[in-house]
This record gives sequence, C-alpha cells and structure tokens, in this order.
Amino acid sequence: MSETDTRTTEATDGAVPSRRPGRERGRDDGKFGRYGGQYVPEALMPAIEELADAYERYVLNNEDGFMDEFRERLAAFGGRPTPLQRADRLSERYDTEVFLKREDLLHGGAHKLNNALGQVLLAKYMGKERIIAETGAGQHGTATAMAAAHLDMPCTIYMGERDINRQRPNVFRMKLNGSEVKPVTTGRGTLKEAISETMRDWAETVEDTHYVIGSIVGPHPFPVMVRDFQAVISEEAREQAIEKTGGLPTDVVACAGGGSNTMGTFADFVDDESVALHAVEAGGSTLEVDEEEGVAPNSASLYAGDEGVLHGARTKLLQDSDGQIMESHSVSSGLDYAGVGPELAYLVDEGRVDPVAVDDDAALEGFHRLSNTEGIIPALETAHAFGYLEEHHEDLGERVIVNVSGRGDKDLDAAIEETDQRDVPNAPDMSMFTEGI
Amino acid sequence: MGEPANSSAIAAAFADGPAYVPYLVVGDPDYESSKAYVEALDRGGADVIELGLPFSEPIAEGSTIQEALVRSLDAGMTPERFFAFAEDLDVDAALVCMTYYNLIYQYGEGEGPRPFVERAAAAEIQGLVVPDLPAEEADPLREACDEFGLDLVFIVAPTTRADRLDRLMERVSGYVYVQARLGTTGARDDVSDQTTASLDRLREYDVPKAVGFGISSGEHAERIVAGGADGIIVGSALVDIVAEGVAEDLPTAAVADRLEALSRELTEGAERGRRSRAEATESV
Repeated sequence: MSETDTRTTEATDGAVPSRRPGRERGRDDGKFGRYGGQYVPEALMPAIEELADAYERYVLNNEDGFMDEFRERLAAFGGRPTPLQRADRLSERYDTEVFLKREDLLHGGAHKLNNALGQVLLAKYMGKERIIAETGAGQHGTATAMAAAHLDMPCTIYMGERDINRQRPNVFRMKLNGSEVKPVTTGRGTLKEAISETMRDWAETVEDTHYVIGSIVGPHPFPVMVRDFQAVISEEAREQAIEKTGGLPTDVVACAGGGSNTMGTFADFVDDESVALHAVEAGGSTLEVDEEEGVAPNSASLYAGDEGVLHGARTKLLQDSDGQIMESHSVSSGLDYAGVGPELAYLVDEGRVDPVAVDDDAALEGFHRLSNTEGIIPALETAHAFGYLEEHHEDLGERVIVNVSGRGDKDLDAAIEETDQRDVPNAPDMSMFTEGI
Repeated sequence: MGEPANSSAIAAAFADGPAYVPYLVVGDPDYESSKAYVEALDRGGADVIELGLPFSEPIAEGSTIQEALVRSLDAGMTPERFFAFAEDLDVDAALVCMTYYNLIYQYGEGEGPRPFVERAAAAEIQGLVVPDLPAEEADPLREACDEFGLDLVFIVAPTTRADRLDRLMERVSGYVYVQARLGTTGARDDVSDQTTASLDRLREYDVPKAVGFGISSGEHAERIVAGGADGIIVGSALVDIVAEGVAEDLPTAAVADRLEALSRELTEGAERGRRSRAEATESV
C-alpha cells in the first residue's frame, strides 16, 4: 500500500492542521451567504454555543492536541489514508483519466467514520458522558456506534422504522457495537423524522449528552465542524492527485444527500478555480413533485429545492408552497433527505458547485457498472456519481476524481430487489433466485 | 431596535390577575371539533389562547403535541385554513399563533415574514410564538410585528445564559414564555425547581412572565402562580384530552366539556395562587 501513503509533511506536521484557506467559510457566525444560522429551540441554544466554543478550541486551535489524536485514531482505527486509485476500465470507457477516492475502504465501509470519530472524540474532550445520533441508511449510525465503542461512550441511535426494515444488517452492526437502537415511528419513518426525534432527546439531555449529527446540516457549528472532519477526504485526494499526475484534476464528482461526503470531497478544491465540482443528487423516479400528497419522488434539494428553514438551518429544501417539508424519495436511503447542507446551497448559488440529478435507473446501472468493470461494489448512494459519469462524461475534462463514498455490501438486498423491478441492461442474470428468494 | 410595540389585548389579558393561556392545535382532529374545543377553553376562562399551526417537522414538541400536529395535517390544515379558523372563532380571549419559522417565512408572495404577519393581523391574531426562531434571527419578524401591532413572544429556558437573556428581552413583547424545565413539551406531575430559578432571574424585566411546560392540574397552577408567575401556559394536558376523545371516539360536546372543566380547575388554581401570594406579600 506504499503508493497510497502519499501524505506530504505539510499534512502531517501542521500544528493547526485544519486551518486551510478553503475552510474559512462559515466559521465565524455559521453563515454561508443567506444560508446557515441557528434555528433551534431556546433550550438547545446553550448546547450549540458550548459546542461552537469546543469546536474553536479543539478543532481549530488543536487545544490539548485534539486534532493530533483525531488524526492518529483515523489512521490506526480507521485505516487512513484511503487510496486514490486509477480506474483503468472506466478511464478507457470514457477516454478520460478516472480516479477513485476509495472512502469505501475506510473502516466501516464508508466516509462516515471521519465525522463520527471526530465528534465522539470531541464529546469526550468536552466531558460529555453520552452520545446520541440519528441515522437514515444506517451508515452514520454504524459509524457512530463503532466510534462510541472504540472510545467507550454509551450511545443511543434513533432510526426511522421504515429504514430499520430497509437496513437490517446495519441495525445488527449498531447493536453488536453496543449501541441502543430506538425506532422512530412518526411520519414516514425515515431520516428527517429521526433527526427531529434526536433533537427532542437532546433538548432534555443537553447537559451530559452530545448529539453526533451525521451530515453538514443542522445549526452552526455542525455544518462547519462536520465539513472540517470530512475534509480529510479532499486534503488527501488533492495531494494524491498532484503526486500521481503532477497536477490538479479537472473535475471532482461526489454524490449528495445531506452533503457530508460531497463537502468533504470538495472542501480543499473550492479555491482551485480550475477544478469543476459536481454534486450528484438522487433524482429518484422523477423530479416532478406531488403537492397534493406532499411527496417529492426524489431527494434533489440542491437541484430542485428552494430556500427555507429546516432542522436548525436556512438552506435549500423540498417543500410545498405552504412550507411543509415533503417526503423525499430515493432508491438509496442514504440520500433520502429533503434538505441539504447550507454550505452546498451557498456554493450552488455562487455557481461554484454544479448540482445535477441522476435518477434511480441510472444509479442502478452505475451500481452494476462499477461492480462488473472495476470489481468494486459501491453503495447505492455512491452509484449515483457513476450514473452521472456515464451520462455526462463528454462534458468533463481529462482528469476526473470520483469519490467512492461507501461500499455496497449493505445494499445487496435492495439492489437485487430494485434491479429485479426494472430492465437494467448491465445487470447480471439473477434468475436462479426467482424461487424462494 | 426601538421599543417593541405591545398589543393592547395581550397586555389587558395579563393586567388583572394571573392569565390562563391554554394551547391547542388548530384542526385537531378536524376543523369543526377544533373550533368547539377552542371555544370551550374560552368559556373555561382563557385570557390568551395559543393556536398551534402545524408544521411537518416540529422539533420542539414532545410526542403528545407532535401527534396532534399530525392529526391536524392529515385532516388538511394549511396556513390559509388556519387564518380562516381564527376569523371564524367566537371567543373573548386574545389569540396568539404558535408555529415554526418556515411556515411564516414561506407564506404569501415575496420573501420574508411580512405577508404572514399582515395576514395574521387581518385575522385579529395578537401575537406570535415561534419556537425555532432565536433572537439572533428574529429582527425581520420583529419589524413586521411592530408594523402590524403584533406581539412577539420568546421562550426562555432554564439553560438560557445571562447574555442571551438580555438579547431575548430586548425583542420580546406581550409576555415571556418561561420554560419550566428542560426538554420538549409534555404534561408532567412535578413542578421543577428550575421554574423558581427562572422566575427569579426574570424578576427585573418588566414584561409578564407566563410559565409553561408540564402544567396539568389546578394544584400545579396554584403553586406556579404562588411562586411568582403572571400566567400559566397549558398545552399537553389539554391536547391529551383531545387525543382521548379521538381514541375513545367521544362526541365533540363531551370533549369540549372536559376541556372547559380542566380550564376552570386551572383558572381557579391560578387564582388561589394569586391570593396566597398576595397574603404572603401583606404579611411581610
């Protein structure tokens, strides 16, 4: 693996490792242009102020060596750095250099550990005694459960009832790591209800509990803090790209739900104006919304949403004309969220990030393509990025980095079931299972 | 910021004796029953009625009120129907709308909270409570409220620090909603020490203090008013009665009678609290 160990001395010896030019946005007041803020009940305000103070001290100023310990644990427990791998067959197929940032190889099988480990460790530095978290697909829940076990903290995970049934293996993993999993039965039982429920728990327990939010969403300082923990992806990818190819990529592609892998992959490239940034959202079955039913059969809040306030931040949302939040949909439950991080909303308005939507069908094709050409089974979330690559490779430059945000083991049942319901041209023949599956 | 404008109706409601401020979700479980329930609160002695306009993601509510919000949304409640409801009511109490900021922000043409406040004023709503709007983000709404003569009520929590308290108190009008304990809404049997501590901290501010979160009986009301509150806010205990009516399929009139009876118990309790406070003051 020596070829992957490409971190330069600049990255490893910096006394203040996270103070990078691309990451100043939002740090002072939690505002990204008109987005962001702290729209929370008064009872939570002291908790997020305390957290903002801890973020400043430990994350930005490396007090008590917090960032050093975080980096050490990411390496020893998490397996960082992850490789930047050239995808030979995709490069040939698209006649462009395609590189894969292999976050699927991070411990737990997704980028989520970067944030979970950072926040659980921060909670420990803050003297908190208990961890709570919400989870949608279960990836953030499993990462938080792993980090909590690793750092010996009691942990409760809220998960929508419907998601629990869609993601059974992840529920087992959380329980195996010693976390309590609480089903959320309100609404449609998915991520947004789980977030609301976790905020309720926090409102009662703020004094000794830290809420490990799973994406770059929520009130300040969560969006900047989660970005800074995830920014290790772009920090490594940027250096690896320069080392391997002698220059910056022309394009960086990442899937976007709440936006943590997206912003983590983009963070250190935002100031590189020559690098185009593509955020690939879940287009679901269609981008049309059903106002009557309050359903948006997609999760494309950057592409199709408009401004509003949800879960503590002003951002782009899928909502009806009254401002009620829509039920979103995606074939991948990890992208199934009606909002998105305020920083991404801002970067889209500024024209810096290109929001694109890929529908369920194209995502499934992307899933099968990466599986059968490169030998990497991606998460269904990640598969959207490869759906985009197939549809738009002619619009991209000569050197493209795609973030493989997670591996697909958790999605095998869903992928086979969804494939079975469609005519996916590049899917393998699974007909031997037609009876008794 | 200049001095926030005060709605005379809400000031009057607190002027003589402790105010009883009940809360119900509008449209729970349906428009007509809900109207009968709110009018029953008025007959039971309500001084101010907080009308809940349901939002799909109510992060500040406990399960009792959250389920009521879902019942109302399922029955088709919208901001427009909410305003029609307020106009339709036959009550003496002052009306306050409690909802989340996204509904206020999205209402009507153009950006910002002004169209919502203008419409609320036309429906003779006297004030707003917005649990997810902190003082730091509240200036546009405060300005709209000043323009149309509405009060803007803020919630003070047991954990609110002194510097934040000043920021809230600069912007509050009508009454301050004193959250009796940490957590989300929901009826409880205890009256928290946090209540007394919060009231002590607020003593120097010249605005009525109404205590909410967990008040469910006349005895609670009595203790809280005796402890220095200018009013009591009661939500979950009333919403529980509506929920029981749904669960047991009771006639609307029977549920309304229960709401009126609990309201009387609460107002009588508050009055006993006022008398014992007055006696304590005289004997000093």
